[in-house]
Amino acid sequence: MFEQTAQIVANERAAGPYFRLVMRAPAIAPRVQPGQFVHVRVLPMKEALLRRPFSIFQVAGDTLSILFKTIGQGTEALARMGAGEELSLLGPLGHGFTLPRSDGEIPLLVAGGYGMAAMYLLAQRSPRKGIVFVGGRQRVDILCEPEFRALGWEVRVTTEDGSHGEKGLVTQALLAELRPHAAGRKLFACGPTPMLQAVGKIADEFNLPAELSLDEHMGCGLGVCLACVIPIKTSDGWEYQRTCSEGPVFDARDIAWEACL
Amino acid sequence: MNLSVQIGNLTMPNPVTVASGTFGYGVEYARLLDLNQLGAVVVKGIRLNPVRGHPTPRTAEVTSGLLNAIGLQGPGVDGFIRKYWPFLKALKVPTIVNIWGTTVEEYAEVARRFDALGGIGALELNVSCPNLKEGGAQFGTDVKLLSQVVAACRQATKLPLITKLSPNVPNIAPYAKAAEAAGSDALSVTNSFPAMAIDIETRRPKLANVTGGLTGPCIKPIAVKLVWEAAKAVKIPIIGMGGIQNAADAIEFMMAGATAVAVGTANFYEPQTALNVIAGIREFMERHGISEARQLTGSLQIAK
Repeated sequence: MFEQTAQIVANERAAGPYFRLVMRAPAIAPRVQPGQFVHVRVLPMKEALLRRPFSIFQVAGDTLSILFKTIGQGTEALARMGAGEELSLLGPLGHGFTLPRSDGEIPLLVAGGYGMAAMYLLAQRSPRKGIVFVGGRQRVDILCEPEFRALGWEVRVTTEDGSHGEKGLVTQALLAELRPHAAGRKLFACGPTPMLQAVGKIADEFNLPAELSLDEHMGCGLGVCLACVIPIKTSDGWEYQRTCSEGPVFDARDIAWEACL
Repeated sequence: MNLSVQIGNLTMPNPVTVASGTFGYGVEYARLLDLNQLGAVVVKGIRLNPVRGHPTPRTAEVTSGLLNAIGLQGPGVDGFIRKYWPFLKALKVPTIVNIWGTTVEEYAEVARRFDALGGIGALELNVSCPNLKEGGAQFGTDVKLLSQVVAACRQATKLPLITKLSPNVPNIAPYAKAAEAAGSDALSVTNSFPAMAIDIETRRPKLANVTGGLTGPCIKPIAVKLVWEAAKAVKIPIIGMGGIQNAADAIEFMMAGATAVAVGTANFYEPQTALNVIAGIREFMERHGISEARQLTGSLQIAK
């Protein structure tokens, strides 16, 4: 884990409210594992103190990129920044996905919206290709479909309004695949919490292993402030664990969903 | 140039430490900075038994500040000794353990346990956490209870005792004096301020606990005033804290009367802050021909 000043190489609108930001971060980029994140301090944003966590999308040499949606003052300030400007990065952070083995289960990736970005490195580095299920509200929410296809993965798209791919939820497409072909599959998922919970339930139903990348309000990203905790089962109940340190990727069976409410 | 300062019989190699709860148990920062350059490491609050803490969301960012209601999640005394003490005791700089309880007896018992452990630099008594129904702030906002807690811990240990005062009192002087009279070797001023924030779209509080403690740069001027008032009331040293982001902030606290300072919320977003503060104090002393850090303490001049 390193703290470094990263120069922006490019910051471009991908579609609608989504941006793709490439940074030069030579200490961090070569060390990134699939599912890890960077904690970004947007230096021009003086009154909003905290860093913002972003899953790492792609890595190339000494650069890394993130895909983000403008949803608040942090991401809006980030969207206004351009090439040559600097950000402070902490990373790579967190415990990421387990890389599938060439003789292991067939990986099925399940992504909600820009959760797809967090799974690109997993697909790229997996010795075994599988299927990516991606869902969003509408066409604009389906990001990086061409990138996954270029890796040789099959991509199945669902949108809630039917403007792209099948109409419906990503979990419906997943179920349609699993009903005839569940054996020997492993699920990997990143997206909104209700989607992750549904994937966890499906994994349970078909008795499949599943790794879920969770999202919680984050403070320091270093395991210190204890803001980003989620309940994890223990031998005698559950305890809070940190999404920034023990996570963001957890085994679906370990999450004590009943304590989340 | 001499940067060292005395907190009771504890010598800090420089006046800059970290605020409890913002630095974990030190080990989390070991890969980012050299902990041995700090004046001391202050760990997150420990009570006798493990504590699960509050539900999420536990934090909310506000303008120039941070609201939190973590609920003092922690490993308890045994968990702390097993998981974190082997790392901390190998450091060259002192470890200050922040302790709390829900009864006077529990505070004293925790103090006894750490006294028996040996090697601890000092104990900081948290009598001011705003986020607990029992324990914490009730002891810090009642002069009589405060005196009882400090006196009971004083009986339980010879370790230096630092009482961390609540800002949530009409006048801090009687609390500062009560802690001093009951045997506290020093004061920490101040803990977080009770506060809240609301999401107007959902009409829900931004914290699951509804209210929390406010920290960060937005509280600094209030904290400086509290240090100034406490320093006028007592002879024991004060560790000043509240929104310190740089050496200038730290020097303000020292001029107001603090012997040492603690970097808090800034550790969350700029892990090098404490080390930058030390370098900046050194630079300030050089520039002003000051040879001893303690000469900064209480050097505020008010024109008559």
